[in-house]
Amino acid sequence: MLRVAIWEEPGVFALSVLAAMLYGAMTVAGGWALGWSTDHLIRPSFERGDTTGGTIAALISLFMGIAILNAIGVVGRRLGAGVMQFRLQATYRRRVTRQYLKLPLEWHHQHSTGMLLSNANADVESTWFVIAPLPMAIGVIAMLVFATIAMFAADVWLALVGCLVFPLVFVANVIFQRYLQPLATRAQQLRADVSEVAHESFDGALVVKTLGREAAETERFRTPTYALRDANIAVNKARGMFDPVIDGLPRLGVLAVLLVGVGRVRSGGADAGDVVQVAFLFTLIGFPIRALGWVLGELPRSVVGWDRVQRVLTAEGGTEYGEARLTSTKAARLQVAGVRFGYLPERDVLAGVDFTIEPGRTVAVVGPTGAGKSTMTTLLTRLVDPEQGAVKIDGIDLRDLARDELAGSVALVAQTAFLFDDTIRGNITLGGDYSDDDVWDALRIAQGDGFVKALGDGLDTKVGERGTTLSGGQRQRIALARALVRRPRLLILDDATSAVDPQVEARILAGLRSAVQEDSGAATTVLVIAYRKATISLADEVLFLDEGRIQAHGTHTELQASTAAYRDLVDAYEKDAERRQEEAELDEEEVSA
Amino acid sequence: MSAAEASRLDHGDNAGGLQTLKDGLKVSPELARGWWLTGLLALTMTGGRIVVPIAVQQTIDKGLSGAGGPDMSYVAWMCLICALGVILTAGASYLTTVRLAVNSEHGLATMRIKAFRHVHDLPVLTQSTERRGALVSRVTSDVDTVSQFLQFGGFIFLVSIGQMVLATVVMFFYSWQLALVVLACFIPLFASLKYLQRAMSKAYGVVRAKVGEMLSAIAEPVVGAQVVRSYAIEQRTQDRIDASIEDYRHTATRAQALTGVTFSIGGLAAGLANAGVLTVGVLLGIDKQATLGELLAFMFLVALFSDPVQIATQVLTDAQSAFAGWRRVLGVIATPADVADPGEDGVKQARGPVTVEFDDVDFAYPEGELVLRDVDVRIEPHRRVAVVGETGSGKTTFAKLLTRLMDPTSGAVRLDGVDAREISFESLRERVVMVPQDGYLFDASLAENVRFGRPEVTDAELVTAFESLGLTDWLESLPDGLQSPVGQRGESLSAGERQLVALVRANIADPDLLVLDEATSAVDPGTEVRVNAALERLMSGRTSVTIAHRLSTAEAADEVLVFDEGEIVERGPHAELVNAGGVYTRLHDSWIAQRSAL
Repeated sequence: MLRVAIWEEPGVFALSVLAAMLYGAMTVAGGWALGWSTDHLIRPSFERGDTTGGTIAALISLFMGIAILNAIGVVGRRLGAGVMQFRLQATYRRRVTRQYLKLPLEWHHQHSTGMLLSNANADVESTWFVIAPLPMAIGVIAMLVFATIAMFAADVWLALVGCLVFPLVFVANVIFQRYLQPLATRAQQLRADVSEVAHESFDGALVVKTLGREAAETERFRTPTYALRDANIAVNKARGMFDPVIDGLPRLGVLAVLLVGVGRVRSGGADAGDVVQVAFLFTLIGFPIRALGWVLGELPRSVVGWDRVQRVLTAEGGTEYGEARLTSTKAARLQVAGVRFGYLPERDVLAGVDFTIEPGRTVAVVGPTGAGKSTMTTLLTRLVDPEQGAVKIDGIDLRDLARDELAGSVALVAQTAFLFDDTIRGNITLGGDYSDDDVWDALRIAQGDGFVKALGDGLDTKVGERGTTLSGGQRQRIALARALVRRPRLLILDDATSAVDPQVEARILAGLRSAVQEDSGAATTVLVIAYRKATISLADEVLFLDEGRIQAHGTHTELQASTAAYRDLVDAYEKDAERRQEEAELDEEEVSA
Repeated sequence: MSAAEASRLDHGDNAGGLQTLKDGLKVSPELARGWWLTGLLALTMTGGRIVVPIAVQQTIDKGLSGAGGPDMSYVAWMCLICALGVILTAGASYLTTVRLAVNSEHGLATMRIKAFRHVHDLPVLTQSTERRGALVSRVTSDVDTVSQFLQFGGFIFLVSIGQMVLATVVMFFYSWQLALVVLACFIPLFASLKYLQRAMSKAYGVVRAKVGEMLSAIAEPVVGAQVVRSYAIEQRTQDRIDASIEDYRHTATRAQALTGVTFSIGGLAAGLANAGVLTVGVLLGIDKQATLGELLAFMFLVALFSDPVQIATQVLTDAQSAFAGWRRVLGVIATPADVADPGEDGVKQARGPVTVEFDDVDFAYPEGELVLRDVDVRIEPHRRVAVVGETGSGKTTFAKLLTRLMDPTSGAVRLDGVDAREISFESLRERVVMVPQDGYLFDASLAENVRFGRPEVTDAELVTAFESLGLTDWLESLPDGLQSPVGQRGESLSAGERQLVALVRANIADPDLLVLDEATSAVDPGTEVRVNAALERLMSGRTSVTIAHRLSTAEAADEVLVFDEGEIVERGPHAELVNAGGVYTRLHDSWIAQRSAL
């Protein structure tokens, strides 16, 4: 992974490593400078009781020079690391989202939304998070090497103290990170638990309120909250234990240096400057070594993130396209021949579906829940390909069509309307070239012109992320207008008006029917998944789908006569209402009699 | 509506830091528990950091440069004492950290739970689904921000300030001239600190906003995969994503550069101070006003002084966002709950058939127009009432006032002659139960979901409750019966089955007044028959008010209330209204048109 990072951004990496080494060298130089100037500049001056301009100038230029070079090192290191980290993040986010757009819908169905979002965001971030302190880590290693050389140059005995203390600090650090990691992971997990209960409880607020369960819900929330509290305390206890150790070791080291140093000075093996230099080095190096520990602590998290990102990037699949074009401008002819399809092996959702819809016809697909109706709409729009058989439009297999060709002719409106974080206009045109008049026309048929006009900025109103500022019914009407503005040659509605009031739905269906007919004698073939009798009434013919097959195909009247299961299904739906109306009418008759 | 609601949530944006602290302590008194001991320990801990510079000074001046050459035993003793000091410091540091963590975590947990409980009393929760996400983050990420700050930043902040103050004092003790030199060198940094910190928090503010935009863009091909695919807008989507990724990268890099510069300024100031101290120190040394040891100890003190300054900018930025988060949580707790429980003082009503009166009720959302006007109606016990009207006519508001999810702006809602505002919640929730359109299910077993209102109910009673609604066969058709898991939000069940669960739940609650918000979404016809049969049984023997979306419901009711633009325009049985030529006739015609279109 680190190799990949260096491979992708070699220039920036080299630069930031150079800067980090400069930083490391200058930090050590700070210690050396103090020792050297103690012996060569300060002590002589003190002893002579006099100083020269040269001495002063040397002191200023030495320490300022080191500080400036160090600052350059710090800025270069941080900037380089930042540039590299954010570039890598951007590159991998682009790659991951390209995969999302390329991989087939089946792949999307196999992965949860939450996971895909975190792959593109949190996982990419944690993968390259390790990059930020990487140059620092390399700088620290360089620093340790320089420091060791400097210490040995000063005095072997003092250096040996250093050789004892530095590894100790390092080992304490590694132990600390190892110990802390599971505690931190647990706290992270508990944060998710707390959030889950809060989400669920607030989402179900109406139920909680109306049944008076607020106190019980609070108790339910208390459990993960207390667990998180205790986990956080455990993390802090670990930190509280190790921090003073890691902090105190270099300090004890300084004291040891002083002790050994005095002995060495007495025996003439070293002078005061050497002692000061090594002691000062200890002070300077303590913090960077801890930073190195942070990098090591991040590594496991990084590796997990990298694995998860790789799983997306290496996923195989994608849709192959042919060369064929659709040239007709009239309503489309749809053929489904021997289509078999299933999401899981050996469990067919559709098995041997055969039918043809002639241009300009309006067809209702009726069937019980789980009959495969929605699956069929995804096959017709080539969101998935059949395992067997073929779907043909104007006689051409969908798989032979050129890329984007199908979208020019076929529009699908799904049950849950997805809106983009864009204006109303943007959500309807989707970047296509449509005039405002076209957009208003489409909205009028979708019964959405009224509420859009009432919005502050009309078509330019921003709908917010996923259209949260609109109601479910309003979102569905926007989605419907999005399909209608394209004047599709085949329009597929998958219970696309489920969230609008029945009265409004009736107007939409009426508007749709007249629009379809007006358009130069039916320029659109309509296939509608129907759940209500009113919707079925829009259709010229009905397909009855059950157990993955077309069980019957004909007009509503024909099917009612021929197919018992169909009759039961549609009747069951209205039976209740009719019984009541009859009762009411009887009552009325009695009253009038 | 959501804009008006948003303005009602008290964000406490105007509260200052001190006020936040005061309010925060009121909510979580644990924070201040034994503060004096924590403070004392923190002082000891910072004090210990001064040990090393003093040891250096003593070693140089007395151990090395003392009369008669290096004095080994003096240095040994001193080092031993200092080592004890370092160990004592470590112990104090451990205790301080733990005490701070225990107090702050207990305090924050208390605050989290108080906020959670209070959110359930805020009308905004049931009125505006869009704002739920924001409320969730009040009890999750906002509290976490404060907690993480207290763990890292808060601790460092405390230590840093102590360390700087102590270093300054010791510096003045050794040499006031050199101390002044150090302070002078840091003045430019202090002067620019405020500016830099402001620039940094602004830069990170922009970064956070850009992250939000990027997340929203990345969500498009995931959540809207089907639309993106079927409308062939992959390129447009990718362009939008790329632009937002690039935007984020740009702002994040800029913020990072700013951080780098800020950090390096601290280093530069330290370098300047070192050079200044040595220069002035040499001059002082010549005049015998400073010893070599003191001068060298100063170098260690400068390091002690400059480290906190370097991290202060980062900590200040974190502190700002932590305080903002804290204020937001406290703001939620401070927002008055409009619908208050009279609690112990409230009237406890006897159970039994209920009479409902609306006495000249008006209702308006804050700063909004009237949604209900002059509603004056009396519902007798055991009546079955249907409420009809177009979307926005006020029928849902009527149901919410009836169940006291909201209170009227003027006028009163009375149960058996007692104002609903005077009835204790416990008694009210026992008598009045609403079955919402979407009977929300929790990720638990079927049994746990149906006994949600009354956890003490036994499994046998649950089975009876299913049976009394004619749902025994459905219950038996489920693989694990009562123990069947319903999945997240009840997604393992169909929409119709979820409605069934909501009905059984209401049956278990056994209210005197049943308020039903009829579902508009389509249900599989087979289940629909079951739902209707169960509804019929549930309503029998009870007073019920149904927000009706279907003709059949209105037809079956004893009485229909017709709402139009916030007023009851017609009332009476279906048979009377259907040919009256008013609003109901219009609604009825459109229903009939749909049904008989075949």
